[in-house]
Amino acid sequence: MKKELKIPRIKDGTVIDHITAGQALKVLRILGIPEGTKSIVSVAMYVKSKKMGKKDIVKVENRELDPEEVNKIALIAPKATINIIRDYKVAKKFRVHVPDEIVGIVRCPNPNCISNSEEPIESRFVVVRRDPLVIKCYYCERKPDNIADNII
Amino acid sequence: MSLKGKDIVSIRDLSKGEILEILNHAKEMIPVAKGKKKLKLLEGKILASLFFEPSTRTRLSFETAMHRLGGSVIGFADPSITSLRKGENIVDTIRMADAYSDVIVIRHPKEGTARMAAEFAEAPVINAGDGAGRHPTQCLLDLFTILMEKGKLEGMKVVLLGDLKYGRTVHSLAYALALFGAELVFVSPESLRMPKEIVEDCIELGVEPVSTTDLEKAIRDADVLYVTRIQKERFPDPTEYSRVIGSYKVDMNLLKHAKEDLIVMHPLPRIDEISPEVDKTRHAVYFKQAFNGVPVRMSILSKVLGG
Repeated sequence: MKKELKIPRIKDGTVIDHITAGQALKVLRILGIPEGTKSIVSVAMYVKSKKMGKKDIVKVENRELDPEEVNKIALIAPKATINIIRDYKVAKKFRVHVPDEIVGIVRCPNPNCISNSEEPIESRFVVVRRDPLVIKCYYCERKPDNIADNII
Repeated sequence: MSLKGKDIVSIRDLSKGEILEILNHAKEMIPVAKGKKKLKLLEGKILASLFFEPSTRTRLSFETAMHRLGGSVIGFADPSITSLRKGENIVDTIRMADAYSDVIVIRHPKEGTARMAAEFAEAPVINAGDGAGRHPTQCLLDLFTILMEKGKLEGMKVVLLGDLKYGRTVHSLAYALALFGAELVFVSPESLRMPKEIVEDCIELGVEPVSTTDLEKAIRDADVLYVTRIQKERFPDPTEYSRVIGSYKVDMNLLKHAKEDLIVMHPLPRIDEISPEVDKTRHAVYFKQAFNGVPVRMSILSKVLGG
């Protein structure tokens, strides 16, 4: 069967592949897209995937993701792969990686947690389980049910 | 194994071996806690007792523990008299206490405060309760009470009763009892059931807790009945509260169904969940439990100070 390309190739930018099906819009929100962006953004959701059954894909033109942004994506799409495209070619390809500790990225959902007060500390979570991803607040030990909603 | 310099923020910071080390040492502290034996193990040491929230038993027993071992205490029981009122943050208060003392005991209404304090202080930090979060020294004295009364923790059938959803003592205790292989039964109104993650922790430790609303049946072959207070403010409907509180009253009528050597525990203060007539029976150990706070906290202080 002829390979079908749902979204056209891009010249320069980033392709985020293998996003957990249904999470593409959250990935865009984390990346702060489309607010204020001049890039062309293409989104494909629930695309067939050999590895994952279904997956989402996001292509962002003229923007290369930096590692901190990548870590943020890893929290909601731990299997995502990042392809940096330069002149239609894959210049760099890497998997997202959930760090052992997540500092300053996720807000603790517990309003009574000390990390949500005026103290000189950053939010801090430790990874309890990677698949499915479970994280725990280093301070109050609360495990957020919905990580995406609590990303700073 | 040395506990010297160790922060005790959560019961999970301690291994089974470390918990036993504290409990065994606490046994030796009993005559000192009663004032029958003198032991100046912590002479010259200073405890900073920082209570940002009211407390009777915890604060007084920590301070008694320090004095009994020859140490001294600085601190406050009412934060309104400190610079916090002038807008100073907690971290700066911790830094100051760290500079003035050898060990810090802290209670604060916000969860995670003790963990934050431990990050900034060089001296060991002991959590004396953080909001609805953790209260590890209460947990240790509860374990100690069961150990003293029953001789062992393993295989004991323990019924935890009351507000299992919000009660901080029962969360740590369920975990610790599971760590020691106790059999667990959770009795509560439907709306105040033990949180799923605590149940999962017990299962991970190899203990499958039973949840029920039937107290009478649960206590039939129990060794320990651990009662906690059900707070009225947790109920939106006062009639629902009266119904629940009535069904979980520990009185002579209920204890007819219990084994003769069942012990009844309560972290106190109690309101009316245990009838005063129970106080005179051999089931009641809650006042002994409150006393046990002293030897256990003496043990903790001397261990973290390397005494």
